[in-house]
Amino acid sequence: MQSLYFLIPLSLVVIAGAVWLLFWAVKNGQYDDLDSEAERILFEDERGSEE
Amino acid sequence: MNKPVRRSAAADGCFHCGLPLPAGAPIEFVISGASQQFCCVGCQAVASAIVSGGLESFYRFRSADSGRPDQRPDGDADLAVWDLAELADEYLQHNEDGTVSANLAVDGITCAACNWLIEKHLGELPGVLAVAVNGTTHRAQLRWQPAQAAFSTLLAALRAIGYQATPLSPFARDKTSDQPLKTMLLRLGVAGLAMMQAGMVAIALYAGGYQDIDPHWQQLLRWLSWALVTPVVFYSALPFYRAAWRALRLGQLVMDLPVSLAIVLAYAASCYATLRGGGEVYYDSVSMFCFFLLLGRFVEARLRYRNLLALYSADELLPPTAVRVAADGQQQSVTLRQLVLGDRVRVYPRQAIRCDGVVVAGSGSVEEALLTGEAAPQPKRVGDSVSAGTLNGDNPLLIELSAVGQQTQLAAIMRIAEQAAADKPAWVAQADRLAGRFVAAVLLCAAAVMLYWSLWAAQPSLEHGFWVALSVLVVTCPCALSLATPTALAVAAGELRRDGLLVTNRHCLERMAAVSSVVFDKTGTLTSGQLELVACHALTALPPANESQPDELQPLAIAVALEQGGRHPVAEALRRAMGAGDTTALVAEQQFVAGAGVSGTVAGIAYALGRADWLADRFGLAPPVAGAGTAAVSSQVWLAANAGWLARFEFSDQLRSSAPAAVAALRADHQQLAVLSGDPSPQAAALLAPLAIVDQQFGQRPEQKLQQLCSRQQRGEVVAMVGDGINDVPVLRCADVSIAMGRAADLTQLAADALLLGNDLQTLPRALRLARRTRRIIGQNIGWAIGYNLLALPLAAAGFVPPWAAAIGMSSSSLIVLLNALRLRRRDLNG
Repeated sequence: MQSLYFLIPLSLVVIAGAVWLLFWAVKNGQYDDLDSEAERILFEDERGSEE
Repeated sequence: MNKPVRRSAAADGCFHCGLPLPAGAPIEFVISGASQQFCCVGCQAVASAIVSGGLESFYRFRSADSGRPDQRPDGDADLAVWDLAELADEYLQHNEDGTVSANLAVDGITCAACNWLIEKHLGELPGVLAVAVNGTTHRAQLRWQPAQAAFSTLLAALRAIGYQATPLSPFARDKTSDQPLKTMLLRLGVAGLAMMQAGMVAIALYAGGYQDIDPHWQQLLRWLSWALVTPVVFYSALPFYRAAWRALRLGQLVMDLPVSLAIVLAYAASCYATLRGGGEVYYDSVSMFCFFLLLGRFVEARLRYRNLLALYSADELLPPTAVRVAADGQQQSVTLRQLVLGDRVRVYPRQAIRCDGVVVAGSGSVEEALLTGEAAPQPKRVGDSVSAGTLNGDNPLLIELSAVGQQTQLAAIMRIAEQAAADKPAWVAQADRLAGRFVAAVLLCAAAVMLYWSLWAAQPSLEHGFWVALSVLVVTCPCALSLATPTALAVAAGELRRDGLLVTNRHCLERMAAVSSVVFDKTGTLTSGQLELVACHALTALPPANESQPDELQPLAIAVALEQGGRHPVAEALRRAMGAGDTTALVAEQQFVAGAGVSGTVAGIAYALGRADWLADRFGLAPPVAGAGTAAVSSQVWLAANAGWLARFEFSDQLRSSAPAAVAALRADHQQLAVLSGDPSPQAAALLAPLAIVDQQFGQRPEQKLQQLCSRQQRGEVVAMVGDGINDVPVLRCADVSIAMGRAADLTQLAADALLLGNDLQTLPRALRLARRTRRIIGQNIGWAIGYNLLALPLAAAGFVPPWAAAIGMSSSSLIVLLNALRLRRRDLNG
């Protein structure tokens, strides 16, 4: 049971990390364009895909 | 929606934009070894620019047709304005390494392949260092070496591949900024992460409550949830407090008030219990309550934002430009910032007036509805003043500026935007009023319940009274009621946008559900509106002064001169027939008459071009001999002068391919159909014959159209009018629901409730069905929200509902409303 004294604060640190990641992603524009990125991979390699 | 549209053969339309192909000699270009056809030289030029850049795989990857490029008689000369130093300071950002960045709004992006095309094409230009295109907001970020590439050449390069780009000023407040949405997402994310953790801890606490948890573990878990939920209360929930406070200062009760009270009180009481080391804590309920409320609002805000983006096309973001006329008559396109007091500016027919001034030449009418609310156009003569934000009517005006600077234009735009924002649909306004009364009732009720449980109950206890009152606050939160209408409207507007109908006035969704009768204009609505000049018959000898020129061209040259600046399909067809190389003769005393034609003086002789009966009236001529009408000719226009009839122009038009199916679908839905056309020719009826619409009226002047429409409304019909011409404006204003075609004249678009962007008429029956479904969903939502509250309130007041159950009940009732609204999405509306 004593391990909880370590694990519970650790969970707080992990949550803080997740929140920091969320702020970074939103500010960095990762959520800006959810429509075209999915298809981008199709275009980049256009020379290789030609038959 | 991303189903690839691969065009193997161009038989069904232009290879680039998908519009119908013109009759006559095909416009062709070889792409990937196969010859493809185009609707116009503009599309062909764009395709050739794409292919010559080695980017032809764009056509394999794209999932939607591209937009048809505007054909500009003046080439790219208008872009030179962007190289001016004054503008560079405002629109370009100078980086430390000597490069320059700009933010562009790009028109014409239809699918992800467009992003790729723009990034590739611009990226390969010399001097360009970085290009990033956002396919959602239709923005592009550019960074380049100013020494190697002028800004205007980059804009011209974009135009060459079919996209119109408008620089955005980094200093101007951007209405389409997604910053508020990003902040909402952050608040939602924090609340969501905290909710999950606090929920987990809560399970441990509740389970521990039954299994005799050690007090110090219980205390540790309480402090853990306190740490998790504190950011939610002080960061995520901020908008609720702000909105509640703002409304309170205005003396209004909004649902954010009980929400804020519930959050703050539950949190404070839980903190007290945690500090004291006894009593109940409800941190999990607080975070769950916040999260679901924020989720509902975030979804609604996102839908709204997507609609807003579509509404603010690059045109609206355009820095206002004007045509300055110098003392020697030279015309130059400049931005409003370059104008000074006393400059003279030409305003073309149907253009928005962008500055305050006095009319110095020309006369006509100006629509001031946006400023004064007066729907009828105001006559303007030389000496009358006009103001920014109004719309010119049918005639060109020359205006001397009396006020300059961004102020006037800015003020006008603000007025328009505020008007749009204040245009709450009646349903929404009704729900707001209802919610206001509801909030008052809830607050009184909670206070009464608290008093009862703490003073007069069997075992009076202030603590129990407090928690019961809190449950009442939470469980009855009228969020479901307030979300019921806006979510459904936003979802419906989003669906319609995806289907090609842009709703500019959300009132119209409400009335659209009741539409019983659909009235169409003909040209440009049921037909493609792309007229082609098929023949020009000279009728009599022309005045001797002009004999030196070939006969066939001469009437055409006069006609083109008369239609200068005109945007009627006839004017465009004449200009196309004339070709780009020839210069246009000057016209004086030009006067457009809606629904009739245009008159003016060319080379000293007064001419008029238009309907035969109007010309006969004007010049006192006997009616002309009608030409032998062939099926290919859909409309005719005459040219006359005092001397007599000069020429007859024959134009061909074709039925829109989507028209028969749309008409059949509307008929299947028991809509009354009618055609009101300004075109008097017998060929018009022949062209529409496949549609079998019984109620057809041709040769209608605007006032006659209006009369027809009003008599329908008096018979109790709710009329939707679909039109695109300038003479449809009064009718569109008067109709219960007005829909303009996407390429309609500016003025028509402003008068319309919705714009049919894809020009696919089959969207129309789908839109009407969706509107009826929306009305049903809103009814269900309001019924559910009221029913839930009526049921939950007595239970909570009786003390049967602990705060955590109240939070679950309230959140789920809001979510049910939201999910019900989302049922409007992606349903097959063809059946």
